[in-house]
Amino acid sequence: MTLTDLPMLSLLIWLPIVGGLILLMMPAEHRAIRPVGLLTSLLTFVVSLLLIIGFDSSTHEMQFVERLSWVRAFNIEYYLGIDGFSMPLIVLTTFSTLLVVIAAWEVIKDRLHYYLAAFLIMEGMMIGVFSALDAILFYVFFEAMLIPLFLVIGIWGGPNRVYATLKFFLYTFLGSVFLLLALLYLQFQTGSFAIVDYHAVPLTLNQQIWLFLAFLIAFAVKIPMWPVHTWLPDAHVEAPTGGSIILAAITLKIGGYGLLRFALPITPDASMTLDWLVIMLSLIAVVYIGFVALAQTDMKKLIAYSSIAHMGFVTLGLFIVFRIFANTNNGYGEVLAIEGAMVQMISHGFIAAAMFLSVGVLYDRMHSRDIYAYGGVANRMPIFTAFAVFFAMANAGLPGTSGFVGEFMVILAAFQANFWYAFLAATTLIIGAAYTLWMVKRVFFGEIANEQVAALQDVNRREFFMLASLAAIVLLIGVWPDPLLSVMHASVENLLTQLAQSKL
Amino acid sequence: MPFSLTNPSYALPEMLMLGLALTLLLFIAFTGKDKINWTYALTQLSLFATALVIVLTMGEQGLAFSNTYIKDSLSDVLKLSICLINMLVLLYSHDYLKDRGLLQGEFYVLVLFATLGMMVLVSASHFLTLYLGLELMSLCLYALVAMHRDSFIATEAAMKYFILGAIASGMLLYGMSIIYGVTGNLALADIALAIDSGMMNNTVLSFGLVFIVIGVAFKFGAVPFHMWLPDVYQGAPTAVTLFLAAAPKVAAFAMLIRLMLDGLGGVQDAWQDMLIMLAVLSMIVGNLVAIVQTNLKRMLAYSTISHVGFLLLGVLSGTAEGYAASMFYTLVYALMTLGGFGMILLLSKQGFEAEEIADYKGLGKSQPWYALMMLILMFSMAGIPPLAGFYAKLTVIKAVVDVNLIAVAVIAVLMSVIGAYYYLRVIKVMYFDAPEQQLTVQVSAPARIMFSSNVLLVLGLGLFPGSLLALCITVMS
Repeated sequence: MTLTDLPMLSLLIWLPIVGGLILLMMPAEHRAIRPVGLLTSLLTFVVSLLLIIGFDSSTHEMQFVERLSWVRAFNIEYYLGIDGFSMPLIVLTTFSTLLVVIAAWEVIKDRLHYYLAAFLIMEGMMIGVFSALDAILFYVFFEAMLIPLFLVIGIWGGPNRVYATLKFFLYTFLGSVFLLLALLYLQFQTGSFAIVDYHAVPLTLNQQIWLFLAFLIAFAVKIPMWPVHTWLPDAHVEAPTGGSIILAAITLKIGGYGLLRFALPITPDASMTLDWLVIMLSLIAVVYIGFVALAQTDMKKLIAYSSIAHMGFVTLGLFIVFRIFANTNNGYGEVLAIEGAMVQMISHGFIAAAMFLSVGVLYDRMHSRDIYAYGGVANRMPIFTAFAVFFAMANAGLPGTSGFVGEFMVILAAFQANFWYAFLAATTLIIGAAYTLWMVKRVFFGEIANEQVAALQDVNRREFFMLASLAAIVLLIGVWPDPLLSVMHASVENLLTQLAQSKL
Repeated sequence: MPFSLTNPSYALPEMLMLGLALTLLLFIAFTGKDKINWTYALTQLSLFATALVIVLTMGEQGLAFSNTYIKDSLSDVLKLSICLINMLVLLYSHDYLKDRGLLQGEFYVLVLFATLGMMVLVSASHFLTLYLGLELMSLCLYALVAMHRDSFIATEAAMKYFILGAIASGMLLYGMSIIYGVTGNLALADIALAIDSGMMNNTVLSFGLVFIVIGVAFKFGAVPFHMWLPDVYQGAPTAVTLFLAAAPKVAAFAMLIRLMLDGLGGVQDAWQDMLIMLAVLSMIVGNLVAIVQTNLKRMLAYSTISHVGFLLLGVLSGTAEGYAASMFYTLVYALMTLGGFGMILLLSKQGFEAEEIADYKGLGKSQPWYALMMLILMFSMAGIPPLAGFYAKLTVIKAVVDVNLIAVAVIAVLMSVIGAYYYLRVIKVMYFDAPEQQLTVQVSAPARIMFSSNVLLVLGLGLFPGSLLALCITVMS
């Protein structure tokens, strides 16, 4: 028996959910709460590592497939499987959740068992989103995920948490109901809820455009793209550290993943017709939101805006392929664009998690996110400052870090589409460096600003471990992105053949 | 046509219910108030016995009493659910009534007669039986709402309910008389035959149809015939609100199917447009007005109005799958409503009605389990997976998408987003606000256990909706 015969994906989905339910039932302040949470998330992470071992990167076919009938009357299936797009995102999910559990260790004092339960249940659902191959199953996970996140921000969030979490929920819910309509309409056309059948169904351009717009609304809100991004800074600022990590590392990626899985392959002609729209919005996100980030004085808000700008690279990479198709025919630039977008997603997951974690480290000590409340932190926290500066560099896209790889690939590909796209996208290297390094300068360097900063203690072992593991990964992907690229290569090629074929 | 007593056994459950209700009436007439617990037990037993007879006689199908009465799988399933729902209602409301001195034999007798009316309504295949069942049910409900006669607001609600209900009945009757005038028949099957012959005057037929639709819309509480609903839901004692929010909607669904499908299926094009208007308006008004409510009962009343709008979506699609979707929606709605008002009953105690949304502040801290139950109910009503309410919405929206009414579907999903807001507000109050008072649950253990099972069923049906959905599809095809 090999790994692929085991129901690995079900295990990955249900293990954390069961762990979460156990935590829900435990009495508050029980001694076993932290061990159970850690063990569950660690076990899930280990299982996801087995996924890497068992994964065959030479094929674009779905792997670890599980297919059972779920709602027979409507032909809805419990249909799971992963390819080169979803596999790295699943590992990112399990890793981030592990981080969240460790980050909560001493920090969350109020109802810790509920807090951990919410994140573990959410982990299961997010893995479900990345592995669902049935449209309704996807939607169920996609929506159900909102419930724990809504509660996490609302219960453990900052002073303005109610406003932020309601806005977050309603915004994303508004987007996703259009997704539901699109999925139902496609079922009406194909008679099936299997996403692979959606990929194959012929659609007129008019149908495709409506479907594409529905997909775009749903996923643009999640990514989030300008101008539907306003919920993100609010949610990030109010969310506890764990919530921010999951929001930035995973939920934003679900938007990008949705475009890859639904919008591009199901409506390729509409994607081509409307690619100008997405490219324009992406460039606005990269340039304009970059300037907005420059003006922030709240660290979390700054990172939130920088997330939006970075996600602009993802959508840019995904949608410039049509221009590259038209301009060149070497079959090289398209691959670069899509893979660049994917690398950017993974890399941003780690870097944003690291940045929010760093803010969390400071916030736990000073209870302020205001840049001007700090100054000269480096004098008191040298180890922490080393990490923070490294992550800031990665965020700014310094070569040798993972942040550079994705952005560079997308910019390179953009040159083959249009010089001006590449030019505008490349400005991020300046703006990004400006807002990140300026923040670093104000927070970490200079004289010790006040007594509170003077009283700061450097990171403890728990924090050191988290920051060090993140730094190692960021560095690893930065200098050796090949393993990551080879995992997704077959799937990218397959997506490109789907895109090149008109559905009309 | 002479009246013939064919197949009387088809009405066995109703006969049993009638007999038991009359026995109970005698029982309370000759016993004092101290025997009230016996009355309660006997009522539950009557409902249980009736449910048992319905289960035992399942499967036989056909018409009885000169085609005035029909027994089919639809009537079996709906009657069974009505009995079971009412058993739960009585269980939840027992302690509430006791605390308020409303625990009187008349309450139980009225509940049994109302149940009988619902059962007759469900099995009606003739205008007369239909009207008979409807009035039996409605009159009992009017009396129940007025039961708390010292309460000003309850009396007002009862007055409103009675007058508007009487108008609705009048409308319905007027519509029936016009249809009778055109087709010359009162039996639904004969009316359908007459319409199919194509010899009828369509203008007059449509004229009659309008009044019938208005009558049905009144009973459902669909906009613009919803005015009575919020006042009655808020004004009636919560136990009565629970009773009239759950099972009567199931009966009203049966009435809708019998009239529109069995009787007037030939003029589907005409009623489809009317139902679209009713559904869209109900969804919009119900959801928008619910946002500003501060009273939970009133909010749930407006939420009911919006649910009625969603429920109508399935029927207006005019497909067998659509009818099945509506039936599924109705049953899920009944379960969720039982939970919603059940929660109010559980938390209320003497001198505390627990009906303001603000009363729920900090419930997540003081009563984590019940807050979780309420959370499940609210998310389910909002249509968030993996809860039953999601599948209910999914099926009806799928039904309208399948007949290419995309615009209606778009309105429906937009309204469900707006609806999510006020359900989330309840969750916000429970979990994000600090407690202001100690909330306790004092009802009996069986009520608590059944309430939890009821809510967990909402979750279970969300994870595994297949069997109930398949049942609805079998019944409707």
